[in-house]
Amino acid sequence: MPRSSFSLLNGLAWLVAGLCLLPFVAVATAAFTGSVESLMMLWDTVLWRYISSTLTLVVLVSLGTFTIGASTAWLVTMTEFKGRRALEIALVLPLAMPAYVMAYGYTHVFDHPGIVQTTLRSMMGWGPRDYWFPEIRSLGGAALMLTLVLYPYVYLLARTAFLSQSSTPFLAARALGRSPWQAFWSVSLPMARPAIAAGVLLTAMETIADYGTVSFFAVPTFATGIYNSWFGLADRGAAAQLSLGLLAFALFLAILERNTRGAARYDGAHKGTLPRMHLSGWRNTWATIACATPVALGVVLPVIALSIMAMESEQELTSRRYISFIQNSLTLASVAAVVTVTAALVLGSAHRFVKSRGTAASLYIARLGYAVPGGVIAVGLMVPGGAFDNALDAFMESRFGIDTGLLITGTITALVVAYMIRFLAAALGAYEGGLSGVSANIDAAGRVLGQGRWGVIRKVHVPVLTPSMLTALLIVFVDVMKELPATLIMRPFNYDTLAVQAHRLASDERLEGAAVPSLVLVAIGLVPVMILCRRLARQNKTAAKNVIGDEPATI
Amino acid sequence: MKSTLTAALISTMCASAVSAEGVVNLYSSRHYDTDERLYSDFEELTGITINRLEGSGDELIARLQAEGANSPADVFLTVDTSRLERAKDAGILQSIESDVLEARVPASLQDSDNQWFGFSQRARIIFYDKTDVSNPPLDYVSLADPAYQGMVCHRSSSNVYSQTLLSAIIENHGVEAATAWADGMVINFAREPQGGDTDQLRALVSGECDISVSNTYYFARALRKEVQGLPEDALANIGWIFPAQNAEGAHMNLSGGGVVAHAPNRENAIKFLEYLSSNSAQEYFSSGNDEYPSVPGVGISPSVARLGLFRPDAVDLSEVAKNVPEAQRIFNQVGWY
Repeated sequence: MPRSSFSLLNGLAWLVAGLCLLPFVAVATAAFTGSVESLMMLWDTVLWRYISSTLTLVVLVSLGTFTIGASTAWLVTMTEFKGRRALEIALVLPLAMPAYVMAYGYTHVFDHPGIVQTTLRSMMGWGPRDYWFPEIRSLGGAALMLTLVLYPYVYLLARTAFLSQSSTPFLAARALGRSPWQAFWSVSLPMARPAIAAGVLLTAMETIADYGTVSFFAVPTFATGIYNSWFGLADRGAAAQLSLGLLAFALFLAILERNTRGAARYDGAHKGTLPRMHLSGWRNTWATIACATPVALGVVLPVIALSIMAMESEQELTSRRYISFIQNSLTLASVAAVVTVTAALVLGSAHRFVKSRGTAASLYIARLGYAVPGGVIAVGLMVPGGAFDNALDAFMESRFGIDTGLLITGTITALVVAYMIRFLAAALGAYEGGLSGVSANIDAAGRVLGQGRWGVIRKVHVPVLTPSMLTALLIVFVDVMKELPATLIMRPFNYDTLAVQAHRLASDERLEGAAVPSLVLVAIGLVPVMILCRRLARQNKTAAKNVIGDEPATI
Repeated sequence: MKSTLTAALISTMCASAVSAEGVVNLYSSRHYDTDERLYSDFEELTGITINRLEGSGDELIARLQAEGANSPADVFLTVDTSRLERAKDAGILQSIESDVLEARVPASLQDSDNQWFGFSQRARIIFYDKTDVSNPPLDYVSLADPAYQGMVCHRSSSNVYSQTLLSAIIENHGVEAATAWADGMVINFAREPQGGDTDQLRALVSGECDISVSNTYYFARALRKEVQGLPEDALANIGWIFPAQNAEGAHMNLSGGGVVAHAPNRENAIKFLEYLSSNSAQEYFSSGNDEYPSVPGVGISPSVARLGLFRPDAVDLSEVAKNVPEAQRIFNQVGWY
């Protein structure tokens, strides 16, 4: 029994890894069979611009998410200030915002014809071009949007790391005469470094995968380059070659992320609750401002802007169309979340039990999708998927006279697989974080007590993992709700989601209309994020009781 | 005309109701929410159910290619002929025989092999701020004139309308002149290329730009009903130029469609295309989305009519379509992102 269950697990793991590899094989094939003429031309003209703006964006977003995520996480876990409890939870909310939706709202408010600049002009009596104002549709603007929606990843990981830190080193540093801030820089931060680095790398991967925001802002990044080569130059070979370049960068980030996470071991011994530092006077005020600003910019402001826009639109929220948009979004997000988390469990368990080079490689492959634009994954899946469907149809037709048509392509199955490939990294992170406290000895003990591998998974891992797997479900759910490019190309007929409707209205330049599905999208996304928040609050209580946080690493 | 067409539609519908599934599957890059009525009218008229998938033209072509012979798609619709030509080159469209389409759609607006037909047009024209600009450019080439340095706004090069405009300039004036033009445009830009067509118009109102280029329907839409950032009094201050009226004429974007090579519901697909050329559909392109109907003699909505009569560029659209990759190369070369 153990042997057969072991091979079933292994077989499933190979299936997941194979699916993850499929689009990249398709991309590589297209890249190597394509001519390099366009690539040479790009090399001579825009390629460096694509590379430099992508790197600039990654650096800006990494710095931004690190600064906001780590500092606010430290403030809410280590100090006490006005509004801390509410802000501790509210800081996660921007997770529900798609960056492109935020971009709609910000553009409406901050571009030249927007309310802010218009008011400034009329108040100050400035002419239309007499003054300088930061351009929202720019690289900096895109970095701001991405930072605001992505910093919660760093915040969540950093917060858990701070919560689970032993207080002894910090107190030792204080006893040696360091100020609280010095102790933060020299002790707390370095100890949380692996967790924070893992969070920052996740945001870096999301940043290079982004197309919605950069294309709305017309920022020439690598992702823009892929689409320009494909659409403009009509050279899919060149687009594939650029995608391959992006993949190499993604692989680098995936390896980096996995290694830093591997280093993020949590020392379970010597726990002691750190007494919160009560901030007084201006420090208290500054802490409140520091934690309230990301929430204000990441949720409050865009929601207000979108609401004002929505009021000017003619979209009927209660119409049957909207109900079906909501249904479709919910269906896709739920199914994809379950499938993705299960796939992570399978891959993770296979590696845990087998620990071969193959299983280790499968974990890197599975992480790649997180840094690849959904459109690239979609096309990479459609080509082999279509070939398979057509071959099967031809076979069934000739052999049995049955017309199977397209079994996979153009169905929800294909789309869910695309989501799985795209977001598996988030779920895998949760798996590894959740099990980091369970040593291999415990597995061995379980085996000695007569449990098969499935038994160990079911009776030991799953109970331990439940909290972090729930977190993973929620995060994948929200990510899928927000996903656009793969959904657009791969969905079945008439299968419009909220994101698709928002995109359609936005591309028809009815941004006021687009605000309506966007707001619904955010509202629905807020539900799982709220559940996450509630769990955070509970986690706090357990931490206060001198116990390690129930999930050492959340994402 | 309308009644005979309807009668013809109904009679063919009854004839094929047994054999066909009663559906037609569209792959469309028309992204207009107002098209909903265009489709529901067809469904009411014929009893044929429309299934739709919307996406960008190139993505849909990629999907059609991947799906191959088993693709469920019957009709491929785009906002721009360059993508129809691409679909034709990729072998995913088929030639059809339709007396209705032959009679209704002018020869210049359909493919010579009857693989695609154009149903609505929009002119891509010059708009300007009447207070700031006393001598607006009268053709596309003049937009790059040093006299307009720092005044001109345009969309980014990843936009299909930017691509076909430059492709048409290549066709009409040659690669060298087109490159010089794009180069001059980059110098003349008031801001980095960005935003949609409406954003170009809004920037005229707010004063960020003095001259911009936009498709006519975005302006006509604002004339018809208020669009945020384009209030009525501000519109009065926007002038427009149908470019190159003494030369090649105004650049046109033709939205059209064709029947997919392996269409499972071929008859319904043809019926749907014929419907798009009917008077009611043609009028709706104008009243619903402020476009110019392809079929001559069909009335246009008052907002579109206000723009006035003009001479459209009659350049061979399939030749323009072939220039798109060259246009993108020029954009890359001159740094028009």
